[in-house]
Amino acid sequence: MSKVRIAQLSCGPEYSGVQKEIDTAAAAVDAEIFFPDLKLADLRQSFDEFGLNVRSPDLKLAIARAKALVEGRVEADAVFIATCFRCAEAAIVRNELRRYIHENSSLPVVSYSFTERTTSGTLLTRMEALTTIARRRALLAREVQQGLTMGIDSGSSTTKAVVMRDNKIIGTGWLPTTAVIESADEAIRRAITEAGVSRDEIEAVGTTGYGRFLVGEHVKANLIQEELTVNSKGAVFLADSQRGPSTVIDIGGMDNKAISVQDGIPGTFTMGGICAGASGRFLEMTSKRLGVDITELGPLAMKGLSRKVPMNSYCIVFGTQSLVNALAAGSSPEDVAAAACHSVAEQVFEQQLQEVDIKEPVIMVGGTSLIQGLVRAMEELLQTKILVPHHAQYIGAVGSALLASGFIKGD
Amino acid sequence: MAKVFLYPTTSLILSDLVARFGHTPLSAALQIRERIQTPGLESPPLQITPEGPKKGLRWAAVEVPSGVRGRMSLYGPMIEDAEAAIIINNADYSFGCMGCARTNELINFLIRKKNIPLLDLEYPSNDEEGVEFVAAIKRFLDGLSGEVA
Repeated sequence: MSKVRIAQLSCGPEYSGVQKEIDTAAAAVDAEIFFPDLKLADLRQSFDEFGLNVRSPDLKLAIARAKALVEGRVEADAVFIATCFRCAEAAIVRNELRRYIHENSSLPVVSYSFTERTTSGTLLTRMEALTTIARRRALLAREVQQGLTMGIDSGSSTTKAVVMRDNKIIGTGWLPTTAVIESADEAIRRAITEAGVSRDEIEAVGTTGYGRFLVGEHVKANLIQEELTVNSKGAVFLADSQRGPSTVIDIGGMDNKAISVQDGIPGTFTMGGICAGASGRFLEMTSKRLGVDITELGPLAMKGLSRKVPMNSYCIVFGTQSLVNALAAGSSPEDVAAAACHSVAEQVFEQQLQEVDIKEPVIMVGGTSLIQGLVRAMEELLQTKILVPHHAQYIGAVGSALLASGFIKGD
Repeated sequence: MAKVFLYPTTSLILSDLVARFGHTPLSAALQIRERIQTPGLESPPLQITPEGPKKGLRWAAVEVPSGVRGRMSLYGPMIEDAEAAIIINNADYSFGCMGCARTNELINFLIRKKNIPLLDLEYPSNDEEGVEFVAAIKRFLDGLSGEVA
C-alpha cells in the first residue's frame, strides 16, 4: 500500500506552532497529512446542514471537511482531528465530529487536543495506530491464533511474554521493566520454559508496547505494532467478543487507553493521561504507602468506602498528599485504598471516556484490571458491568502472538 | 500618516484601501482563496514555532488555548502600534477571515480599549451599501490625516 492519507480536521495547530510536529509524526509511519480541499462557497452550506452553529470559522471549516469525507466527496484512509487544549468550543466540535465520522463511515479516527508543547513523539503511537488500521485491516481481522507463536509486550512498567499454540496460551512470563532488552529476554525465557518449547520452535514473533522497536529488532520480530490495535485485538480475543461493538479500557503504568472497537478493529480511541495520578503508578504508590503488595490493594479497596476519604489524584503529588493526610487523620487503609481506586477511575472517566462511545461489553485489561477495587470504581462510574478476561495483564502479548500468526510461513 | 489596525486583519481589500488613502495598514494581508487547502482559513504564510504562543502570553494568560496565544503573538504587537482602527463586522470569508472566534473577541476588546479613532462598520450586503461602505472608509481615513499628525 502506498502512503496512508490522513485527513486533518483542525483548528489552531499552525498558530500553536505544532503543525510541523503533526506532519513529522505522520511521516514517521509513512503516512501523509492532507487537508480536504473545499470550495469556499460550499463551506457555509455544509456547516449549516450539520447544524452545530459554532462561531470560529476554522471549526466551521473542520465541520465542512468532515461532511465532505463522510459523503465521499473527498477520499482518505484515516482522519486526525486536532484542536487547542482548553478551548470549549473546539472540544464540542472535536467530540461531535469524531462521533459523526465514526457512525457514518468506516474511517478510523483519532482526536487530540494539543498545546504548544505537543511533540511528534507524543503523536507517534496515535498516527501509527491510524495507519495500522488503514494498512492492515486484513491482518486485524484475524480471529484465530494458529501454529506456535510468541508475543512480547515491552511496557513502561512491566514486560510480558506469552507463547500460544493453536489458539491457546501455553506459557507466560512477567516481570517489572528495568533494562528493556534484558527484561524482554527474561520474560521470554520464563514464557518458553512454562510452555515447554524452545526458542527455535517458535514460528513467528510479535512485539508491542513502548519498547516494541528495540525488542522487535533484538528478537527479529515478524510484527512490530503499537499497543492500541494490538491490545484491542487481545482484549476481544480473550473476552470472546470478536464480533460487534465493545469498549476496551487499559489503565497503564504510564498512560491510559480507551478504545471503541468494532469487530476487533479500533474505530476511535484516546490515549493519554494528564498526570501519573491518573495511572497505575498512583496505585503502586498507594500500595507502597499502605505497606501492602500491589496484588493486595484490590481486595483491600473492596472492603473500604471511597467517599469517606476526599482524594483527587489529578496530580500525583497532591494525590499523595491527600493519601498521607487521610492516614494521619485516622482513615482506615481500606477506605484510603478504595479512595485511591476511585480517584484514578474518576479521572480516566472524566478525561478519556468522554471521548469514546461506551458500548457494551466494556472490557478492562492490563495489570491494573486485576485490582478489583479499581474495576468496581469504574463499574460504579459507568453504571455497567465490566468484563475482565483471563490473562488480562497479558493482553498486549496475547494480541501480538495472535496477530503474529498471520506471518507464519505459507500463511 | 496613521498606522491603522484592520479587522479582519487578513483583508487584502481593506489593506489596499488604507494604503491608497495614504496611511499604513497594520494587517496580515493574506489571500483567501476560492479553494481552501491549508489547515485553516487564514493559515499563516510563515512557519510559527512553539515560541509564538509563549510570546502571546503578553496578551493572554497561560490558561488561554495555544492557538489564541499564537495568533496574539502576531496581532498583539499590531494592536500596540495602532493609532487608528477599522473594524468590519460579519465580513464575508472572501473579504478576509480570522479562524478563531475567541481571538477575534480578544482583538476586538483590546482595540476598543485603546481609545483611538475607530470606524465600526457592518459588511455590505448589496451594491448600494458597498458604495457607502467604501465612502465611509474614505471619510474616516481622510479625517485621520488631521487627527494624527
